[in-house]
Amino acid sequence: MKKKMLSVLLCSVMAASLLAGCGSSSSSEDSTSDGSSSSSSDTYTMAFVSKSAGNPYNEKEAEGFQEIVEAEGYECIIQHPEEATAEAQITVINSLISQGVDSITVAANDENALQSVLEEAMAAGIQVSCMDSKTNADSRAVFVNQAGITEIGQTLMDAVYDITGGSGQFAILSATSQATNQNAWIEAMQEVMDSDSKYADLELVEIAYGDDESQKSTDQTQALLSKYPDLKLICAPTTVGINAAAKVLQDEGSSVKLTGLGLPSEMAEYIGDDDEHSCPYMFLWNPEELGELAAYTAIALVNGDITGAEGETFTAGDTEYTITDAGDGGTEIILGPPFEFNEDNIDEWKDVY
Amino acid sequence: MSLPWRNKDRGVKKKMKENNSVFKRITSSREASMVIVLLVLCIIVTILSPSFLTVKSIMDMLKNNAVTMIMALGMLCVLLIGGIDISVGSTLAFSGMAIGMLAKRGIINSTPLLILIAVIVGTICGLLVGLVIAYGKVPPIIATLGFMYIYRAMAYLISNSEWASADALGDFKNFALNKILGINNVIWVMIICYVIFFIVMKWTKTGRKIYAVGSNREAAAISGINTERVELFVYTIMGLLAGLGGALAVSIYASAQPNMFDGEEMDVIASCVLGGVSMSGGRGSVTGVLIGSFLLAVIAKALPLVGISSIAQNTVQGVIILIVIVLNVVTQRMMDRNNLKGREM
Repeated sequence: MKKKMLSVLLCSVMAASLLAGCGSSSSSEDSTSDGSSSSSSDTYTMAFVSKSAGNPYNEKEAEGFQEIVEAEGYECIIQHPEEATAEAQITVINSLISQGVDSITVAANDENALQSVLEEAMAAGIQVSCMDSKTNADSRAVFVNQAGITEIGQTLMDAVYDITGGSGQFAILSATSQATNQNAWIEAMQEVMDSDSKYADLELVEIAYGDDESQKSTDQTQALLSKYPDLKLICAPTTVGINAAAKVLQDEGSSVKLTGLGLPSEMAEYIGDDDEHSCPYMFLWNPEELGELAAYTAIALVNGDITGAEGETFTAGDTEYTITDAGDGGTEIILGPPFEFNEDNIDEWKDVY
Repeated sequence: MSLPWRNKDRGVKKKMKENNSVFKRITSSREASMVIVLLVLCIIVTILSPSFLTVKSIMDMLKNNAVTMIMALGMLCVLLIGGIDISVGSTLAFSGMAIGMLAKRGIINSTPLLILIAVIVGTICGLLVGLVIAYGKVPPIIATLGFMYIYRAMAYLISNSEWASADALGDFKNFALNKILGINNVIWVMIICYVIFFIVMKWTKTGRKIYAVGSNREAAAISGINTERVELFVYTIMGLLAGLGGALAVSIYASAQPNMFDGEEMDVIASCVLGGVSMSGGRGSVTGVLIGSFLLAVIAKALPLVGISSIAQNTVQGVIILIVIVLNVVTQRMMDRNNLKGREM
């Protein structure tokens, strides 16, 4: 009996792992490609790999990318991995390599894990660039950055300074403790704070991590409120975190204010410059414009207009962009400073994304 | 003539006997030992952070964990018959996303109707799982693993890559804000669920059948219990509660996202296991689940409060869970040994 049980258990575990394997590999075939994938014709094929499916933000990036690529008369393949993992992206990129696309633009889920597959792509003559979230310098030609890290740090610190009135306690509610973007922005904020004595009266009491889960972010926000009765502001540079914190603060009618980076459609309910609303203003870049710039970059790379070296310039639409040093051994193109959403413009943006 | 030392001696003996019986009572009930662990944990947290033991803080905690606590009741039934259901997080997301999109598109705005729809969607999901397991004879872990992917993917499909946010949800989010008699609606729903399950599991035929199937399936079948039907019933109820959880989660966080409550099934199972529910079936109680899920809630609430760095919190949480479960197993062994001793005498 016991043996039988054990064998049943073992079998089920094996079958489970098989199923799990199938699941993750087949799940990444969620392709919304239009047009043939062959590159034998005289037109180039540009591929875009987002972070994951089911996220309006990624969707907007893809839309912007697709619009420009098709407007310029090239083929476009959009791939959304179902899970936000590097493994899922590797599967997708492998299939793109075998399809023989001309360029791959990826919003990386992991800075280093994609290196071998992207090097393989580059060896096959594919132009590799990344956007939104970068890979390391060896596995890309150039990084299309939504906003420079220091610019975001500066913008957020200015918002903290402005909303708190220049003094008092504030806390940061981030995503996971290993999130590349958030960690870089928080570090930049701290550097800005140290660099200028005007921030001397501000005290960063804690960096809490809500793991981009509503439940955990709610717990963390409530803990911040009860731990620091004198807290004046929470800065949440992550969409799920800012949403959960806004809900807690607004429901409790707390005097603590909120700013950070968030999606306008998610935050519309909470933005306003009075006591009724928890968030006076917040920031984000326009993911559609980021997708467009990424598309122009991919096209310029494929056409040989740029190689991704520092100092090169190219035109995207009407604007001229210059490739700069990214500070990690590679190069980047910066879209511009983050965009401010406040009570005056939130109504027109909440329907956009 | 009375000898004072003799009285004293008798007193000591009496006291020892009392101690012994209290000790015995504790070790003879898993729930009692869990309550002690819970109390110790609460006391430690309150000493470290006095703001923990306030009415508001407890209410916040209950509201933020109500979904897990409610779903743990369904998981209790599933574990009792020796099954497991890891599709519940996906069922929650699917039903939550369904009503989120209905509200966003403005098709349905009535709060009771939205909750009802979520519950129906969840029940159908659970029914399908139950059919495959009970009549298709597929091992529960495999069947629910499959459904975990299916329902999660369906949540993505119906979401159409959109989220339903606070602005789109209209009045529905107020359900989780309003209070009756000073207690939040969400907590009332949880209390009602617990009362119903307590009664059903303890005093009704259905409840006893579930225990019977879990302790000895062959014996239950021979004594005339339709074990397949019990199995089907249990997974359907699990689906129903997951659907209810979906509705509550959307209302509580005023946001429906296809990836919400990813990994929730593990929290639900952990609540049960912490509450002394046996993974091999037949053993567990509603009281135990209440204490277990409460314990998990306290841990999640307390760790950020007492100033453990965020990065270490998951590790500490895991260690606490392991300690509690080991304690639980030791108590169980002592209980078994005591019972055996009783039989020998």
